[in-house]
Amino acid sequence: MSARPLFRLFALLPALLLLPFAAHAIEAQRVVSPGGIEAWLVEDHSVPVIALEVGFDGGAALDSEDKPGLANMVSALLDEGAGDLDSLAFRTKLESLAIGLSFSASQDNFTGSLRTLLDNRDTAFDLMRQALTEPRFDAEPVSRIRSQIQTSLKFDLQDPNTIASRRWNEVMFEGHPYSRPTRGTQESVAAITVEDLRSFVPTRLGRDRMKIGVAGSISPEDLKPLLDSTFGGLPAEVSVPPVVRANLHGDGKTVVVEKDIPQSVAVIGHGGIDRHHPDFYPAFVVNHVLGGGGFTSRLMQEVREKRGLAYSVYSALAPYDHAALVVGGVGTGNARMKESLDIIRAEWARMASEGPTAEELEDAKTYLMGAWPLRFTSTPNVAAILASMQLDGYPIDHLQTRNDKVAAVTLEDARRVAASLYKPEALTVVVVGQPEGVQEAARETAEPAR
Amino acid sequence: MSRPIALALLVVCTLAVPAWAQTPDAQSADAPSPDERLFGAETFSLDNGLQVVVVENHRVPVVSHMVWYKVGAADEPPGKSGIAHLLEHLMFKGTDKIGPNDFSNIIARHGGQQNAFTSSDYTGYYQNIAKERLPLVMEMESDRMANLRMTAEEVVTERAVVIEERLSRIENEPAALLGERLDLARWVTHPYRNPVIGWAHELEKLDRQDALSFYKQWYAPNNAILVISGDVTADEVRPLAEATYGQVPRGPDIERTRVRALLPDTATRLVMEHPRVAQPTWQRQYTAPSFGTVEEEGAREVYALQVLSELLGGGATSRLYRALVVEQELAASAGSWYSARAVDWGTFGLYVTPRPGVDVNAAEKALVAEVDRLLREGVGEQEVADAKNRMRAGVIYARDSLQGAAQTIGSALATGGTLDQVETWPARIAEVTRDEVMAAARAVLRDQAATTGVLLPADPAQSADAAAAPR
Repeated sequence: MSARPLFRLFALLPALLLLPFAAHAIEAQRVVSPGGIEAWLVEDHSVPVIALEVGFDGGAALDSEDKPGLANMVSALLDEGAGDLDSLAFRTKLESLAIGLSFSASQDNFTGSLRTLLDNRDTAFDLMRQALTEPRFDAEPVSRIRSQIQTSLKFDLQDPNTIASRRWNEVMFEGHPYSRPTRGTQESVAAITVEDLRSFVPTRLGRDRMKIGVAGSISPEDLKPLLDSTFGGLPAEVSVPPVVRANLHGDGKTVVVEKDIPQSVAVIGHGGIDRHHPDFYPAFVVNHVLGGGGFTSRLMQEVREKRGLAYSVYSALAPYDHAALVVGGVGTGNARMKESLDIIRAEWARMASEGPTAEELEDAKTYLMGAWPLRFTSTPNVAAILASMQLDGYPIDHLQTRNDKVAAVTLEDARRVAASLYKPEALTVVVVGQPEGVQEAARETAEPAR
Repeated sequence: MSRPIALALLVVCTLAVPAWAQTPDAQSADAPSPDERLFGAETFSLDNGLQVVVVENHRVPVVSHMVWYKVGAADEPPGKSGIAHLLEHLMFKGTDKIGPNDFSNIIARHGGQQNAFTSSDYTGYYQNIAKERLPLVMEMESDRMANLRMTAEEVVTERAVVIEERLSRIENEPAALLGERLDLARWVTHPYRNPVIGWAHELEKLDRQDALSFYKQWYAPNNAILVISGDVTADEVRPLAEATYGQVPRGPDIERTRVRALLPDTATRLVMEHPRVAQPTWQRQYTAPSFGTVEEEGAREVYALQVLSELLGGGATSRLYRALVVEQELAASAGSWYSARAVDWGTFGLYVTPRPGVDVNAAEKALVAEVDRLLREGVGEQEVADAKNRMRAGVIYARDSLQGAAQTIGSALATGGTLDQVETWPARIAEVTRDEVMAAARAVLRDQAATTGVLLPADPAQSADAAAAPR
């Protein structure tokens, strides 16, 4: 191959580094219906598709102690028959018109997602209305969905990653709803009654807790009446018990869950930082340097690239509504798990004591700013971001100002925040497998696979 | 939205599951009216044989830049399973001008996201990045098309990473272990028998020379396809492509010399009882025509099989789901799938997961009865029309993502398909008749050619918890 392109490669790099990233093409507007229902909209007619995401503050963590899994089971049943349409009729209508409608429950939120072609817009919104306000919970789909959830829970009980993250949540959040699995247990799912399901919508899905994001081929004027017709039938207010702030347990201990697998899987973590803390963005950038996405993080370099100890290793900030965490994970063959964990702890300590270098900080900032527009490349993604921005308490101009917050992080901020964020001695570790040489406080047997 | 508490492990250098296990591209290929072209892609070729495809998408000022090589695990030399995928990892190690691991650092520093993937038939690399950075990624990707460098030590370390990847994906997962056995049983002598990630004992012996030999044999502009989708036009891409990829010399003519012949039909049944299985599952696979094995005019059989899969087991209103899951209440899930994008044969698959307390044999019996009923009684005109409408109704969504078009087009062109096939897919589906569906079903769904896999708990008490469940 000729040397020409290679010379140009070197000539090109410095020039490119000076190029600013394009201003964001995306801007949201606030739309308020005559009935007072608010949505954030990114109008975009490039494809005749509309997506809507509705999120309700409060998810699986609101499920009662004896009925974990209720929110999840409701989420799986809302699109299984509503109004005059039984399950088959409802599903047939969705499929024949290529309307995507689904619901889900996380610990903090209950979410509905709608995707439709412009031509079927009104039908799609009406199906969402029916699903939210007139769900049928007929005997057949209730029994079917129950058995499907129970089947998925059986799969989970043999999945090393799921076992590890569940056990870690149990240890860290002992006594708090976050310690319970979002989808419940065999027993709790079996105990959920149709009455539980029916009472969910009027008691949980209130307009006072509702946030809506819309994207795609729809104008504010067209959206307004649809907001009222779709969501106006939900209760104006609901009263739910507060979820208390979680006390974090774990105390830096290591738990080994014995399982006969060739590769051990570890989940690690400790307390983190709330998303509205003034130091959140410095923490976010610093964590990208330590163990954020891609190949470039310190953990990837030290654990994977230099030593070949793992295929995947990461750290992440996890700011929940009622707890904030720094978490991480790795999968390594049993014989070398101790080495992986030792290196991760050492990197944790190095980041706390030294922080990132100036170059690492700049690289992380340019990556995070440049990759931001890559999140807006499909209509459903945009709608989902608009809804979660509201649920998480961000202002509407966050779309424009988020990169400024990343850009404003100084080396001094980064080092100060790294020093207080990372506490290697506080890392609570759950390892599933047969790791050699790992000093654990407790050794357990995996739950029987029932 | 808060992340769910279950923490997903980050996946980086993706090992694509073999092409036949991926979502059938029928679901994502498309165009709204029969006359309209699905993506309206433009294509041209460089003098060195590189085919270039450009799909415009101006929503955000970003591009997805993908290079597909027409080589995969099925092209590996005997005894070297896993080398196509190991090489994919090693492509990030550097060139004469890009230092070790700098490839990833440079892309990241420019706000780009990247990954790579390997299947039995192709190997792909992509970067999603701001449009201003397209010249940069084109220079870097074209550079490593011909100037890859690696040390023996780097190969040993990266091989260890891939061995860990194999542990994660295969050896920790009983279902994947059964999948390997099923491929062996069905393909027997055809190279699709080998797992993309490689057999552990062969993977452990791969070295730098193996990687470089494979690279030199297969990586060249005349064996590659460049697909760019995003905020860019073909007119903008052409001069950039000529200045970057156009400088890479054409390689020797490359031909895939695989033995396509299959052994005579044998009904095969594998039952794997595994201590790490709690939930029984059942599956059946048939070797089927693919876009690669049929001539252009014969492709109607492929389209007919796509319609068959949709109406038999494509969704919540399909025959298998209605019968087994809803009406007979035997299964938690049931359905069919068809993978048509392959250089050699495609695969038609059936699966069922029994509900708790239901014997897997009862679920199998019910599924087989449904297939037999279809073969015996045929399918209805309306049923075929409905299936075709469902398949075509959502085709516009394929344009609603940055990478969807590039993936659909790249996988088609890398497995012997044509851009025209992709662009006219909705019209071809619309033409499928009831008779064609039945002829295709009878040709493929033959008992004597079925490979069946049953995954069971080793402890019979766990599958036979009929008394205990559902509680």
